Amino acid sequence: MNTMPRYKNRPVLLMLVMLVVAGMAVTGVIAMFGLKPVFLWTDVLIYLLVLVIAGVVIYSRQHEHLRAPWRRVWRSRAGMAALVVLGAYVLVGLLDSMHFREPLLSVDASESGGHSVEVLSVFDKLVEPLRLRVEKTYSAPLAAHLYAREMQELPDGTQQRVYPRLQYGGAHLRDPETEQSADIVVTVSAGLMKGIGIAVLVSLAIVMLLARHYRATSAATLARIVRVQTAMAWHVVLLTLAIMLVGAMVLIELSGKYHVFGTDKVGQDVLYQTLKSIRTGLVIGTLTTLIMLPFAISLGVMAGYFRGWIDDIIQYIYTTLNSIPGVLLIAASILALQVYMANHPEAFETVADRADARLLFLCIILGITSWTGLCRLLRGESLKLRELDYLQAATAFGVAHVRILSRHILPNVMHIVLIIVVLDFSGLVLAEAVLSYVGVGVDPSMISWGNMINGARLEMAREPVVWWSLTAAFAFMFILVLAANVFSDAVRDAFDPRLRAN
Amino acid sequence: MMSDKLLSIQGLHTCFQSGGSTVRAVDGVDFDIHRGETFALLGESGCGKSMTALSIMRLVPQPAGRITAGRILLDGQDLLALPEHAMRDVRGKRIAMIFQEPMTSLNPVLTVGLQIGETVEQHLGLRGKALRTRVIELLDAVGIPAPAQRYHEYPHQLSGGMKQRVMIAIALAGEPQLLIADEPTTALDVTIQAQILDLLRRLQQERNMAVLLITHDLGVVAGMADRVAVMYAGHIVEQASRADFFADPGHPYSRKLFESLPTMGKRDRQLAVIKGSVPSLAREFPACRFEDRCDFAWQLCRDKAPRWLAIRPDHHARCHLNDPDVGKPAAPAAAAAMAGTESAVANAGGTLVEVDGLQVFFPIHTGLFKRTAGHVRAVDGVSIQLRVGQTLALVGESGCGKTTAGKGILQLIRPTAGSVRYNGNDLTRISARQMRPYRADLQIIFQDPYSSMNPRMMVADIIEEGMLAQRIGRTAGERHARIDELLAQVGLSPEIKRRYPHEFSGGQRQRICIARALAVNPKVIICDEPTSALDVSVQAQILNLLKKLQAELGLSYLFITHNLSVVEYLADEVAVMYLGRIVERGTVEDVMKRPQHPYTQALLSAIPQIDNDTGRTVIRLEGDLPSSSDPPRGCHFHPRCPQAMAVCRQDYPARTAFSDSHSTHCFLYK
Repeated sequence: MNTMPRYKNRPVLLMLVMLVVAGMAVTGVIAMFGLKPVFLWTDVLIYLLVLVIAGVVIYSRQHEHLRAPWRRVWRSRAGMAALVVLGAYVLVGLLDSMHFREPLLSVDASESGGHSVEVLSVFDKLVEPLRLRVEKTYSAPLAAHLYAREMQELPDGTQQRVYPRLQYGGAHLRDPETEQSADIVVTVSAGLMKGIGIAVLVSLAIVMLLARHYRATSAATLARIVRVQTAMAWHVVLLTLAIMLVGAMVLIELSGKYHVFGTDKVGQDVLYQTLKSIRTGLVIGTLTTLIMLPFAISLGVMAGYFRGWIDDIIQYIYTTLNSIPGVLLIAASILALQVYMANHPEAFETVADRADARLLFLCIILGITSWTGLCRLLRGESLKLRELDYLQAATAFGVAHVRILSRHILPNVMHIVLIIVVLDFSGLVLAEAVLSYVGVGVDPSMISWGNMINGARLEMAREPVVWWSLTAAFAFMFILVLAANVFSDAVRDAFDPRLRAN
Repeated sequence: MMSDKLLSIQGLHTCFQSGGSTVRAVDGVDFDIHRGETFALLGESGCGKSMTALSIMRLVPQPAGRITAGRILLDGQDLLALPEHAMRDVRGKRIAMIFQEPMTSLNPVLTVGLQIGETVEQHLGLRGKALRTRVIELLDAVGIPAPAQRYHEYPHQLSGGMKQRVMIAIALAGEPQLLIADEPTTALDVTIQAQILDLLRRLQQERNMAVLLITHDLGVVAGMADRVAVMYAGHIVEQASRADFFADPGHPYSRKLFESLPTMGKRDRQLAVIKGSVPSLAREFPACRFEDRCDFAWQLCRDKAPRWLAIRPDHHARCHLNDPDVGKPAAPAAAAAMAGTESAVANAGGTLVEVDGLQVFFPIHTGLFKRTAGHVRAVDGVSIQLRVGQTLALVGESGCGKTTAGKGILQLIRPTAGSVRYNGNDLTRISARQMRPYRADLQIIFQDPYSSMNPRMMVADIIEEGMLAQRIGRTAGERHARIDELLAQVGLSPEIKRRYPHEFSGGQRQRICIARALAVNPKVIICDEPTSALDVSVQAQILNLLKKLQAELGLSYLFITHNLSVVEYLADEVAVMYLGRIVERGTVEDVMKRPQHPYTQALLSAIPQIDNDTGRTVIRLEGDLPSSSDPPRGCHFHPRCPQAMAVCRQDYPARTAFSDSHSTHCFLYK
């Protein structure tokens, strides 16, 4: 009887084990190719976060009061579409969080062991062409020429100011003027075809897996999905997945021949930059919450439960913290860190190390300034809970404070924590962009949406205007924040007892 | 006679969509209300009586609810056929409604005068000075003292009884022909309830208004109604004039309701209970709806729905027993349920808990530095003794400090002064750590079974918690065996222990709470109004259970309640509390039969009685319970006391003993 919940969790435990094994395998493979794995601070924390999420999943599966609201989330169509989009972002983010350094190609074979100072990620390796095909300077999306005229010496010896051809973008065309449009149409069509093909294959695979789960034939399962008779909104999942796969294939096809979103000032592909920014955004959005949660939960719950002088002290702390302008505090801390970094260059092995330290520090500072809101909410809720009869009953049994806090109060405020965490995520992603724009955000060498926007800011004034950096960063950030908001709405609808009619 | 009928409801059906299933809240209701009469709709919670009222007003919550069939004729005009804008003129002007909860029915940021004026303006079109005059007239009509002053006050400045009066004033503003009163006094104390019922009766006679009174309280029905309809599981099972209904109820359900009322006369036996609980209205009923809870049910009841049969003129019931055309079973299995138990532990021993001069004050902080400006004297010198195996009832109106006294005894709230001696130890002087072993002996059961269990824990974990804290049962297996035993003891199946509290009805939850308290083998249980949130039939089940447990385990109960009929049934001794102090105490015989203190006398007379022929004079108390932060000088009761003397305004009366057990604090007996 007591073992029942354990069996229920087998698949999750299995997944967890597989995850750890996969992580070790990737590290092993990286090492096998003579690469030196690098564990940045934020990487480690991200893996930790994945473990925490897995733990939460296991815990939720055991507890009916948590499973029921999640089932409502799975049923929500908008929520599931958003979750698929978020999943794609997370995948890119995770791939971009496995770092290593390549060995230096030394002429002398005996002198091995040296590694490049450049820290790369698995994602960088996957999109290597994007990373390496650097033009001279600005070029518009899908262009075959640079955006700026250059003096060129013609074969007859005269000099002329022309738009030179790009080194990579549209390099396969002989005469871009006539061939380019047709070529783009052909490439997009090819991408569409491949995308649809892959989408169909993936959908079939999912349907077959589901059929095994339902113990039905694939055809019957497909019919169930189409008629929306599944417990989870699978039709939406499959549709969103198909749209994203087709979009991705078109992008992949095009980016093989062109710079889809153009290039920036130093000629780097903007598509590559936006994709790299995903990790930065996710790290800021998630790690900050991870840092703020222990403060917010422990202090908020304690203040509400114990009242008296404990409550007074905690309230003074967060009112004081709240009355300091957040941006000033962040700016001051980042500047202090910069001074420290300038004085201790030996503490950071590579540029990536330094950028990473700054990112982590930013997360910590954002976490310290943003826990007060949740803390206040939890204090209020605990104040309400402590007067409830079941807490009085526990006190009447002589149950210890720690146990009352962990068994009675914490589980009953978890829905608030979950709602706030998901809601805060999008706010933090936007905060990064704003802070980087102001100049107190992430390291300038780290690619982030904020830095992209900051970089594009100056070009907005030039004629003709360079709009693509800004647009691309904005579009990717918009999709992420929108998906996070839609998903958080679904989560809140499912978890907030006040919204649950009847 | 057509013109005599004000409202006629024919075949009303109201459905609800709830979590994928259809709930037939009102499932074929027919009744007529005549001009100027009071028609009572009686039923337990969840039987569809409030939904009937909302259907009449066409205020069924949208979009979940829908009136699917039927006609509601007001003066021959079908309300269901009216467009919404025409309906708006009916509401308030021809039919008005008052609700159960006066605390939430008024807007807290608008003055009372403004809120009444709004309705007057809407329906009578009055403006300016005329409007103001009319509002003050209305306030005066509902018996609010100094109405011109009250006009400018906000709801929070009024007591619960006053707020309900304001609600009635708003309802009267449109001069309606029909007033729907949905449990108008359930949230109020007995003395206030008596005032409000008086007011309703007077207004009805003055204005020749028809009243649809919705209630679960047989006493209120007896005092108010001209005709009665009993509602059960979405339809009406019996309808009769008041005299017929109380003389000879025709449906087994109605009879059971009478039998399950606790009274002094039933002390020595178990109360009759209606087994099980009200069925879910989400299912269909092919046969009799009461069949599974009825003692008389036989095969026919399971096969065929009973017809609506006349027992005598104007007395109808829906039961096969009254049908002359069907064969009845030879012997109805009725008497079996009335088997009595032996009386509780006879003359059980000495004092177990001795409370002496218990005071619980809450400081009132004001200003920047939280200076203590005064105290709320919630409990102000309470002395009681709890004897082994006996029940002491602590009786009083809400706000008199009885719950605080209970928590003070348990040290859930640390008392300001006084002592609580248990086993020779003064519990008020020991630390929380030293208190821990005593926690097993002193347990508590709460009023609200919905908030007294953690919704995130399974039943087994809830019961196990106290055992873990008190280290009862060494292994998990041992503890689970004990949990099974406890659940059986309170009449629940052990299979339920892997389920969550929200899956149970109120009565079942209260049983789980009792099992939880029993898990640590207590000697004393403080029962804080354990039945006030339950229906009459379920209340009887819980009272029986408490009585049985007392007989089996020799428990002592401190029974905190405002329900005097429960006291009559269960208590050995009674202490009556008023504004933080005990005004009278004695054995249940002493206090209930020969009350001495004017407050006790008023309290007893204010309870609505079922048998009206006793011809007692009812003592009406004026005003409300004063604030315990600023109690009146002298005797706390003197501002409301009909027999107050000059000396009562000066000093607090000392104790006067009538016998060893019976004593009071009143100058009348000096």
